[in-house]
Amino acid sequence: MAARKKQKAYLRFNLNGEVIEVAFAPHKTLLEALREDLALTGTKHGCELGECGVCTVLLDGLPVLSCLTLGLDVEGRDVMTIEGMANGAELHPLQDTFADLGAAQCGYCTPGFLLTAKELLEKNPHPTREEIKDALAGNLCRCTGYIKIYEAVELAAARMRGEPAEAPREAIYGCP
Amino acid sequence: MAARSIGNGKPKNVVGKPYRKVDARAKCTGQTRFADDIALPRMLYAKLLRSPVPHALIKSIDVSRVLKLPGVVTAITGKELPRTYGILPVSQDEHTLCIDKVRFIGDPVAAIAAVDEDTAFDALDLIDVEYERLESIASIPDAIATSEPRIHDYGDGGNVHKRVALEFGDVDEGFGEADLVREDVFFYEGNTHLPLEQHAAVAHFDPDGKLTLWSSTQTPHYVHRALAKVLELPASHIRVIATPNGGGFGGKSDPFNHEIAVCKLAMITGRPVKITLTREEVFYCHRGRHPVLMWVKTGVKQDGAITAMHFRSFLDGGAYGSYGVASTFYTGALQTVTYDVPRYKFEGVRCFTNKPPCGPKRGHGTPQPRFALEVQIDKIAEQLQIDPAEMRQRHLVPAGSTTANYLHVGSMGLGKCIEKVVAGSDWKNKFGKLAYGRGVGIACSAYLCGAGLPIYWNNMPHSGVQLRLDRQGGVCVMCGSTDIGQGSDSILAYIVAEVLGIDPFDIRVVTADTDLTPVDLGSYSSRVTLMTGNAALQAAERARELLTLAVAEKLGAPIENIGFAERRAFDVENPDRCVTFAEAVQLAESKFGTIGTVGSYTPPRSPGKYKGAGVGPSPAYSYSAAVAEVCVDPETGIVTVDRIWIGHDVGRSINPALVMGQVEGSVYMGLGEALMEEMTYRANRNVVHKFPSMLEYKSPTTLEMCDVTTYLIEDPDPNGPFGAKEVGQGPLLPVPPAIANAVYDAVGVRVDEVPITPEKVLAAIRGRAQGKEPRYGPKTVPEIAWPRSIKVMTPAEGGTGKEMPREAVHARE
Repeated sequence: MAARKKQKAYLRFNLNGEVIEVAFAPHKTLLEALREDLALTGTKHGCELGECGVCTVLLDGLPVLSCLTLGLDVEGRDVMTIEGMANGAELHPLQDTFADLGAAQCGYCTPGFLLTAKELLEKNPHPTREEIKDALAGNLCRCTGYIKIYEAVELAAARMRGEPAEAPREAIYGCP
Repeated sequence: MAARSIGNGKPKNVVGKPYRKVDARAKCTGQTRFADDIALPRMLYAKLLRSPVPHALIKSIDVSRVLKLPGVVTAITGKELPRTYGILPVSQDEHTLCIDKVRFIGDPVAAIAAVDEDTAFDALDLIDVEYERLESIASIPDAIATSEPRIHDYGDGGNVHKRVALEFGDVDEGFGEADLVREDVFFYEGNTHLPLEQHAAVAHFDPDGKLTLWSSTQTPHYVHRALAKVLELPASHIRVIATPNGGGFGGKSDPFNHEIAVCKLAMITGRPVKITLTREEVFYCHRGRHPVLMWVKTGVKQDGAITAMHFRSFLDGGAYGSYGVASTFYTGALQTVTYDVPRYKFEGVRCFTNKPPCGPKRGHGTPQPRFALEVQIDKIAEQLQIDPAEMRQRHLVPAGSTTANYLHVGSMGLGKCIEKVVAGSDWKNKFGKLAYGRGVGIACSAYLCGAGLPIYWNNMPHSGVQLRLDRQGGVCVMCGSTDIGQGSDSILAYIVAEVLGIDPFDIRVVTADTDLTPVDLGSYSSRVTLMTGNAALQAAERARELLTLAVAEKLGAPIENIGFAERRAFDVENPDRCVTFAEAVQLAESKFGTIGTVGSYTPPRSPGKYKGAGVGPSPAYSYSAAVAEVCVDPETGIVTVDRIWIGHDVGRSINPALVMGQVEGSVYMGLGEALMEEMTYRANRNVVHKFPSMLEYKSPTTLEMCDVTTYLIEDPDPNGPFGAKEVGQGPLLPVPPAIANAVYDAVGVRVDEVPITPEKVLAAIRGRAQGKEPRYGPKTVPEIAWPRSIKVMTPAEGGTGKEMPREAVHARE
């Protein structure tokens, strides 16, 4: 019945903190395996050529484009998707600040931005605005103009450093 | 009680506060289900075979080979869906799959359903299509010069889709009174929405003969109507659910061929069918910004007061009608609502070309003329030696007035916007005073808060809301509106929460489902906050009235004393005498039965009664002013925008954080259009799209995005819920002309077209060095026979909004 003979590959890796096993067509990208074979649809697709960043996941803690990563390459490795970012019901500080500031408008690019920003803050707890721009330059957003995203990353960074920070008033109400 | 609407008063608890969006948590945890995230048991995958040639007759299509491929379940061609459709009643010119003719590279000719997506891709190669090539039409001059072959057999002759001409007052008399008359030509290149989510749709035809379509559409109501027409099913048997859109910007506002095709495939196979477009296909769907060539003649007095304006626009419409007739009128509609234009003439023409169809993109038909107008005003100010900010400020349209073309302006906060950006940017110390290579520019704009008329003629409300209150204290708000990321679901919750004194997160919002929610026309024309907001306000006030009666009786207090806040209903003179909100619902349910209310909104009638008066009227207009500061490298022509100061008159912010996000996002999109975004085709008759990928279609990343300083001006409008006006589109408009004007201030050359690429800047700088005009841009517009103008006397002349009778026109001439 199927168009061609298929033999599924069998893979075991650590996904969002749990060891999982999955069988899937071996030519599939990690993006396809996640969305189609593991039903984790939080990881998005946007361009099919590694340009937009919406498919970003963390592979061994580093952001990678899952549309350009073969599923077979993650055998035995550690993958985090957006579904694994919160600690149970408790949001990651970045998820909290993205939600509070409206850094997620349509929300389609949001998982990629959140995971990229998470890795940034892990290696650099005190990034400057320029460092944030550099880190996020591979993720496109068509809604926000990026500004609410920068502000959310800065606010989360401050809170993760233990500072009782709030968003600047101008970010929410505009300049007086 | 109903007369004392809370919506005209000052909000207290929720409105004006930066609450989270009701769907924020889902969007930040990957839980939001977009169309392509839906998977149903036994689901098939569809693909469309698209034309590889721009203009051709279809001699034959043969699907016999593809049907033999294992895994292919069915294949269809255009013959199975013979009825045409289109978003506007006057342009029903699309077939789901082309039957006899293809009109652009990407036009679909066949659809297949297969067991998986790989098989569906492979199957496309096995469909045999024979084409007979026709001469293709690649540009506006091409279309005007080439009457045969015609792309469509309707329209205003040859390859002209639509010609319009309107004249308000005697413009020649106005030019005669002017101290200075300028004529300029501008070009605004087409560009596309580029939503990060590719369009996707899933159809399911159930055993009872009912069809359900989930689709990433901004306009489920119009899709519903198109499906009923083309599939020849009763509309009552069709359910359209708009999934949250992963970016819309106008690009998901038409009914699309892929939506109809998956429905047909689901009906034939009895299985759910999904289609997800590739990024390349999204470029072919397009419906983006029309390329527009413009000629504008403006007469002014010494102080900059406009005496008359004559505006001509030439639109490259692409291969189908789409919203194009409306787009054409929009290129001539809103010139009059910023600065006073006492006499005004507009002529517009839209051509068919063999390119993906153009349609509505953020600002629909108005960023192009706004660019032309604001750059020309800059040139006029220079000639009159008046500061361009001051000249604009002097001649604003007064609040509460009616323009020459019969648009009623309510609140008007543009003056305050200009003040803010002039002060914030230190304009007076920068304009004309910065070193060579650095400059500032200013521009202003206005936009609709919802189209005053629906797309198809009817007298029904534009937006409906149903509220259900349950005895546990839960409130469900149902509305047909579609959340495309702007936060429209949240706006419903905030307004209902404000009126009922509960928390927005107590409310369940059900939207964009034609089976469950009353009609809202869709997320376009910046109509949603104003129209659904007013409908929600009415429904909530009706519910509050029922609760008030029941609570007053229980507390033995006069009904005018009953207040609602903090999930309680209480006697305002003695707030300790209270019931919980849930108890209030129980009291009301005991007294009246199950509590449900409805609200609806219909815009006020427009004073314009002439043919063409349907485009432009709106319950209110938002205003924006922007100052751009740029750095231009004279060696490379590269323009870097350092900062944009923008003031936006939003009437009132229902949620200021969301308003800020819309302003910043609009500035971003305006920046992209100004500097880099373009939908262009190879310069030959093959009309091959140059950039159908995200790698080559340039859009701003974090590294190109400028800093933004935003000022929110709150000048409440009597027609807005709590005074609110739009913010989703308007703030884009002043950005491209402000940047163009800043480039001139920086290096003294005019780039009279967008995008302002380094090549164009450099060509103008080099041209100047060679003694040529320091300008890059079009010099002429094509000759065309314009139709006789519809002549209308302006309100100032005592006009009634109706077209002048022929004899009267004759007598005056």
